[in-house]
Amino acid sequence: MRGYITKNQFIDLLKDGMSVSVGGFLTNGTPEKLIDYVVESKVKDLTIICNDGGYEDKGVGKLIVNNQVKRLIASHIGTNPYVGKLMQEGHIEVELVPQGTLAERIRSYGAGLGGVLTPTGLDTIVEEGKRIIEVQGNKYLLEEPLRADLALIGGAINDKYGNLKYSQTMRNFNPVMATAADLVVVEPFESVDVIDPENVITPYPFVDYILVGEDNE
Amino acid sequence: MNEKEIIASRIALELKDGDLVNLGIGIPTLVADYVPKDKLVTFQAENGIIGLGPLTDEETNIVNAGGMKATILIGGAFIDSITSFTFIRGGHIDVTVLGALEVDQEGSIASWIIPGKKVPGMGGAMDLVTGAKKVIIALTHTNKGQSKVLRKCRLPLTAAHQANMIVTEMAVMRVEKDGLHLLEVHPDYTIEDVVNATEADLIINNVERMKGV
Repeated sequence: MRGYITKNQFIDLLKDGMSVSVGGFLTNGTPEKLIDYVVESKVKDLTIICNDGGYEDKGVGKLIVNNQVKRLIASHIGTNPYVGKLMQEGHIEVELVPQGTLAERIRSYGAGLGGVLTPTGLDTIVEEGKRIIEVQGNKYLLEEPLRADLALIGGAINDKYGNLKYSQTMRNFNPVMATAADLVVVEPFESVDVIDPENVITPYPFVDYILVGEDNE
Repeated sequence: MNEKEIIASRIALELKDGDLVNLGIGIPTLVADYVPKDKLVTFQAENGIIGLGPLTDEETNIVNAGGMKATILIGGAFIDSITSFTFIRGGHIDVTVLGALEVDQEGSIASWIIPGKKVPGMGGAMDLVTGAKKVIIALTHTNKGQSKVLRKCRLPLTAAHQANMIVTEMAVMRVEKDGLHLLEVHPDYTIEDVVNATEADLIINNVERMKGV
């Protein structure tokens, strides 16, 4: 961990055209304050990687409604009708990825692998333009690694060393996204002195910055 | 019972003691309400729960895969998306029950896109139908009089040849190598009613009264 970060220091990290992966599942475990700061920063042309499109007033949906997103990579956009509207108007590019494939593509970048071979999506439009590779008599799609410039992590309980565990189902995509971005910023849900090493989910070397509360600035 | 309750209660009979089961959103979610108390069935939710419990009004950080406030049963586990899809894709889920827009006699499923109209996305459905040991499709038999059980799906597929069983408010059907077998018919309908409401070619041998209704 490099240290703690204030709202303004976080906003200074943001740039137009960045790729940003955002943890959470239908906004459960999404760092809402960090998203609000991205909205406030007015950066644009972002590529957002998230399980879903959130809701119009919650999660990455807030960035989409604010027209800051050029490209969305997600498994599901049905809860945010605004995404469909922007898609039809040609104002956002959406890449729909099967949820398990999305998780593994992120993992493969974080783990230094050249992608993953999965049967998911065979014989569907998901296989278009992808290589089909046969291993041990079975066919698989080659799905390529997925990285981000910045990962925004939520639902976390941090300790003073920067280790993380997660509250209940807020874990979801957060741990894997923390492995696959140049910069990892955490909005803690709760902070403790030290997490029992047996319970650490995301060890501190994966974490760059932890957001401090506005009272601590 | 209404259409959805008929479908859900019939599917519940397919779940065996000790099964690990993932239920999709919609009719499939209702299946949990009909599992007999003497059967130990564990539900998985792909957002990260082994041992999903009933819905709740209490404020916690637990949601199900539809984003609704839910609970976890004693002995359960919270998992991340990687572990969740290791269960799903790795063949560790015994049964998945999913809704669909169309299903066909070869077991192909369409459930995630109506081009030009509605594009919700596939979520975890493509991984679920590919990886679960048994895939049960729960859907109403027709939509505005049009059969949803087809010779060949017309919408873009979720997966080819993955459905094992199809349960509607009219009938229970099983996908076999030689085609789609009609197994059971709801007592409100005749075999002829089912044939007339179905585009798919049905193989009809021993048809029974629908169980559990």
